[in-house]
Amino acid sequence: MKSFRNHLSLVVALLSILFSLQTFIIVDRSINAYKQNLAQNYSLVVVSQKNLKEKDIIKKSPLIVSLESLSPDGVIKRLNAGIDKNSISILKLSLPKFYKLKLKTYPSPSEIDKITKALLKNSSIIKVESFSKTHDTTYKLLLLFKTVISVLAFSVGIVTILLVSKEMKIWQLKHNERMSIMGLFGAPTWLSSAVLFRLAIVDALVATVLAFLVFMYISSTSWISEQFSSIGIDVVVFDVLKDTSVMFGLAMALSILLATLIVLSHKEEV
Amino acid sequence: MDKVIVAENLSLSYSKDETIINKVNFSIDSGSFVFITGASGSGKSTLLKSLYGALKPQEGSLIVAGVELKGVNKSKLNLLRKHTGIVFQDYKLVKEWTVEKNISLPLIIGGYDKTRTQEQVEKLLKHIRLKHQSGKYPKELSGGEQQRVAMARALSHNPILILADEPTGNLDDYSSDLIWNLLVGANTDLDSTVIVVTHHIPENMNIDYKHFHIEYGSIHEVV
Repeated sequence: MKSFRNHLSLVVALLSILFSLQTFIIVDRSINAYKQNLAQNYSLVVVSQKNLKEKDIIKKSPLIVSLESLSPDGVIKRLNAGIDKNSISILKLSLPKFYKLKLKTYPSPSEIDKITKALLKNSSIIKVESFSKTHDTTYKLLLLFKTVISVLAFSVGIVTILLVSKEMKIWQLKHNERMSIMGLFGAPTWLSSAVLFRLAIVDALVATVLAFLVFMYISSTSWISEQFSSIGIDVVVFDVLKDTSVMFGLAMALSILLATLIVLSHKEEV
Repeated sequence: MDKVIVAENLSLSYSKDETIINKVNFSIDSGSFVFITGASGSGKSTLLKSLYGALKPQEGSLIVAGVELKGVNKSKLNLLRKHTGIVFQDYKLVKEWTVEKNISLPLIIGGYDKTRTQEQVEKLLKHIRLKHQSGKYPKELSGGEQQRVAMARALSHNPILILADEPTGNLDDYSSDLIWNLLVGANTDLDSTVIVVTHHIPENMNIDYKHFHIEYGSIHEVV
């Protein structure tokens, strides 16, 4: 029972760090998916006195994907009452050219600024409309959300490290005596600390399996995917191979670090 | 006769301010049975600790089974300890291990195979008359039984040197007799050198032994 409790406390500490890590990963994926979604629906409008060539504009920034000409017909239709065909043709020629500029990803305000400056270097471009007010608000909201989650994950990480170091002291007391006795009979360090490392590895495995089961369950529930669909994104909540490997690696690294610190701080009782 | 222990100008201390053993010279023949006596706090246990390398010499030289313990490295010390059996007054058994596993500890460390380990443990369990308790844990045994297990552990790997610190200090007569018989048996049958730190030498010791006495930081042989 006592041994089970000792296992449980490290497993719980490891689980909390794995949960906060995976939560952070999910949030990060959601934000990236949302940014991608925004990028698809977002474009800059470029106003130019002359026709622009797409290949020249794409060269201005690696973020630019395409340049699409906007037809002036809609504007002219509203003005054409009482204007003859000849005048409309002249008006068409004298109107500036409008273009829609598509970007690879949803840009940050500084990226928009860079693109605008680069485009305005072209003397025929007279205006670049980025709709910055709406854009800035959305972007800042996303950043705020990500920062809040990062702070939360960091706080959980700190609390877990405190839990793990407390656990280390308990393990130290528990294993020191056995390691000392084994040392008195000439056991090399690897042998006297073998039990400790075995326990650390078992606990890391148990924590990973539990976290795996929980996240498999979460990812299989329809509620989660419905929530993501409602905001128009599709997110992989739990990538079985990749996420399990990351969780297992972290749990293993933490518990082996814990065991190594105990072995390094071990002093022979005489 | 070969010397298993040679101490020259040996000084031992736990701190720089207080020297427990002060520049002593002595040697112990291989295969001998030795008692070290002295008043409480005289430094008997301190001297014994130095013999298994738990306390390094502050000054002088201490050679045990050919290994100089001043500045000895961990691997050489481990090698020496693999050929040494130690018995403590407080038994020092591994609490979470059974009697059987505690006895087999030096055999596991020495890399003995399973069959040989099993045979040796069973033989020793018979000797200490605890065969029926082999699966029990130390806390389920009396003090005398725990010391018998510790004794069996110290003998399991047929060590060349057995060091015992007050091995019968807290024991009943039955367990004390068993312990002394095992120590004498190890000395006569296995030719192990036995060094026992004690307050009193048993009266019925029917064996040739040497007696060293520690007083005021120095050691002298009692003839």
